[in-house]
Amino acid sequence: MSLKSEQTSAHGGVPETTAPYQPVFVGAARAELERLRPSYPTMQALLLPALWIIQRERGWISEAAMAEAGEVLKLTPAYVKGVVTFYTMYHTHPVGRHFIQVCTTSPCSICGSEETLAAILRYTGCGELGATSSDGRFTVIEVECLGACGFVTPIMVDDDFIESVTPERVPDILARYP
Amino acid sequence: MGFPYPSDPRETVLLSKYFGDAGARSYTGWTERGGYEGVKTALGMAPEAVVEEMKASGLRGRGGAGFPTGLKWSLMPKKADKPHYLVCNADESEPGTFKDREIMRWTPHALIEGCLIAAHAIRAERIYIYIRGEYTEPLAIMERAVAEAYANGAAGENVFGSGTRIDVTLHRGAGAYICGEETAMLNSLEGKRGNPRIKPPYPAQAGVFGLPTTINNVETLAAVPHIMVRGAAWYKSLSLSNPKSTGTKLISVCGHVARPGNYEVTMGTPMRELIYDMCGGMRPGRTLKAVIPGGSSVPIMNAEEADRCLLDYEGVVAAGSMLGSAGMIVMDDSTDMVRAIWRLAKFYAHESCAQCTQCREGTAWTTKILERILAGLGKESDLQLLLDLSENMTGKTICVLSDSCAAPIVSGIQKFRGEFDAYLAKARTPAMATA
Repeated sequence: MSLKSEQTSAHGGVPETTAPYQPVFVGAARAELERLRPSYPTMQALLLPALWIIQRERGWISEAAMAEAGEVLKLTPAYVKGVVTFYTMYHTHPVGRHFIQVCTTSPCSICGSEETLAAILRYTGCGELGATSSDGRFTVIEVECLGACGFVTPIMVDDDFIESVTPERVPDILARYP
Repeated sequence: MGFPYPSDPRETVLLSKYFGDAGARSYTGWTERGGYEGVKTALGMAPEAVVEEMKASGLRGRGGAGFPTGLKWSLMPKKADKPHYLVCNADESEPGTFKDREIMRWTPHALIEGCLIAAHAIRAERIYIYIRGEYTEPLAIMERAVAEAYANGAAGENVFGSGTRIDVTLHRGAGAYICGEETAMLNSLEGKRGNPRIKPPYPAQAGVFGLPTTINNVETLAAVPHIMVRGAAWYKSLSLSNPKSTGTKLISVCGHVARPGNYEVTMGTPMRELIYDMCGGMRPGRTLKAVIPGGSSVPIMNAEEADRCLLDYEGVVAAGSMLGSAGMIVMDDSTDMVRAIWRLAKFYAHESCAQCTQCREGTAWTTKILERILAGLGKESDLQLLLDLSENMTGKTICVLSDSCAAPIVSGIQKFRGEFDAYLAKARTPAMATA
């Protein structure tokens, strides 16, 4: 892997860094990927698991990281980017320390999820959807159907799945995420 | 059971019997509850005999299409001269549907056992369980269960001493509704964008990695062990109306009912009984206006249709819609139908894979036109425009995502035209500031 600087995209709001790129797939992360190899007949099939590993390690998936995944799995960087951008859960720019997804699809919408979303935007100080709060603590997005429609409003904070969130419960729940 | 509520005596509790019982999650807990007996029976039978048993049971796909499961299995090549695969569709993301999640959270070994039986029947050497990326808790529970299955000889090189090798791999999705479409799922599993494939070839001929593949939904597979243990004739007898719909169905009920949750009923149960008796009826002081019975992709029913609807594949069609995944979205008289339909269209516009023009453009324009109607800026011609768009979005694309967007639009305009007209006539306060 050649030394490339980590490119950050403009809307991430993070200053450009010139630090050399540190590869993800060395040591334990490399071993984790190798362990998955026998489960699939092609290298390409390891792409989604590899992207999950990158996001877990780095918080988001930079162009340099996409290139690294491509190199490891023998895919072009352009191909990898095409896949990354297809899926909504991969971050292509840095996000806050805690990433909040709020379901507002119809079953939630008709039961008041928009009020919960508004309460979350107020509490976090994120001015708008997709923006990161100025203290870098939260990023909030609207998500399509989380598959917990009977328990409005379901939200995800990082990997935690929380059901039946009402505007009143928002401060107590989010206080758990410093 | 009507999880998270206690079971209602009018339910027929098979798959949901242990929802809420954390003791059922472990391998030992599951075997103590009678688990893994079905797969032992199946492994002692020829694959063809297992397929025949499934055919005789009348089990049909619970993911939405209702295709007969035994018939689907029988389409796989009889010779295993190249690898065969079973893919379990655990990408539950159809708005209104939240049943597979509870199966995985509470009874992970029921799903693994169903997968093993199916794998034996179709001579598959590997099972991929594709779980949507947002289902972090079900994924963690399934990971533990798969490890336990290997440790106890229920998976791996010699399943229960039968000499058969069946491996199980969990694969996490990454946020894309379309990956619940079976061929999109296969592409996603291969490390590609989740674009649906043109059929034929069908997955049984050329599925994942170009090899023979069967794709079954979580709930379908979870029903399989019960059929192996208690027999096809027993399962077939679970039918209150049309004999082509057999067994039980988990119905996810959400929206404006008093007790939303998952209810397991015998096929043919009246929708009325489910809404008013089991779910406790509508919220206090409210009346039923509309039901989308099969997940959001099916036509909307009005109250009169819901009232006479029987919950099985044929019964819901007779009442003007489809059973689909049986995610029931119940709406009361407080609902703004135009806004509810707009929110559905927005969902489909967001989730279109953008491969087909009719879908990419159709879902986006449908959403924009509904936005201008909601903003009080609609034109008299807009309803016809929406219907024309819907016509061009139905039956003309690689998969049915655009058809799914059109279904609530067309049925919504048909059945709730007055609400659209009120916005167009500016008789209604705009529900949106700008379009």
